[in-house]
Amino acid sequence: MSVVTIERKILEKNDEIAGRNRLFFKERGIFVVNIVSSPGSGKTSILECTLERLKGKVRLAVIEGDVQTDLDARRIIRHQVPAVQIVTRGGCHLEANLVRDALEKLDTTALQFLVIENVGNLVCPANYDLGEDRKIVVVSTTEGDDKPLKYPAMFRNAGVLIINKIDLLPYVNCDIHRLRENARAVNPALRIFETSCTTNEGIGEWCDWILTQIAPAD
Amino acid sequence: MRFNGALLAEVENWIDESRQMHELSIAQSILQIVQKHIPSGAGGRLRSVTVRIGEDAGVVPDSLEFSFEVLTRSTELEHARLHIEKVPLVISCKKCGDASTVEFPFFFCPRCNSRDVEIIAGDELQVVSIELADALEESV
Repeated sequence: MSVVTIERKILEKNDEIAGRNRLFFKERGIFVVNIVSSPGSGKTSILECTLERLKGKVRLAVIEGDVQTDLDARRIIRHQVPAVQIVTRGGCHLEANLVRDALEKLDTTALQFLVIENVGNLVCPANYDLGEDRKIVVVSTTEGDDKPLKYPAMFRNAGVLIINKIDLLPYVNCDIHRLRENARAVNPALRIFETSCTTNEGIGEWCDWILTQIAPAD
Repeated sequence: MRFNGALLAEVENWIDESRQMHELSIAQSILQIVQKHIPSGAGGRLRSVTVRIGEDAGVVPDSLEFSFEVLTRSTELEHARLHIEKVPLVISCKKCGDASTVEFPFFFCPRCNSRDVEIIAGDELQVVSIELADALEESV
């Protein structure tokens, strides 16, 4: 019997492709976010509110990841924003090569802001770097205030937390202060926004933050 | 290397329903790396694969073992066992300098309560080594 030492990162191939994606974005000055959450937290709704506010000011595009259907990409295209759908056909997360392939279908000339909406899942996308500048994790008030403790890897890897559906706070069993505390216990550096896509509360602050991150157009 | 197609399809159907199993793609990545270290045509000699999985890596060991077994079953790699070295979560405090093993998932220093900590172990996701039977043993 012989032992062969390997000592390699399991996801090194994904990390390599993600590194190339990151270089691609950096060379073109594109600010890229990877939005993750459980299904139904309101990722696509936040995105729709965001596009409405930013289109015309910023050249943006969207890559949509879903297990099945192109329903979300169709929602985006209705806002006259270019969108490419990745259907993972059962895959529970996006991988860097899927994003690389989607980029070929997108006109990235003069693009300033790219949003990648990941598959609804708080576990698996934490391991897969796509080449983004920031991971944005969305949690809604209807999910309770303990999500950060249950899915710490995702909250630790994220740069921004959006607490969505704050208009429902009076009706749900969610202590928003405890939610913030739990999130900060896992990741003290998290930037936190509170939003409602029904009343549009907080969407302005979130969009202002995006504008501060985007490189000015030539 | 060819994976067991029919079983893989079965598992993918099951994933369609559960939508929560990246351990299958982790197992595929492990086998792709392992494959590069097995001499050509010697897959039948693979006896074990050792991986190192941190407590905070977001991987369920049972699901990973299951995925590995499904992918290797009825292939030349079916005699290989997956060994998982689990790594506890260890943080180092930037304030008091203490390094401590902490209870998952709380990320603050148990000595001084500072949250200014960094993970020094516990997020590993690595292939460590493989064990190959000698060419003679294979035919036994």
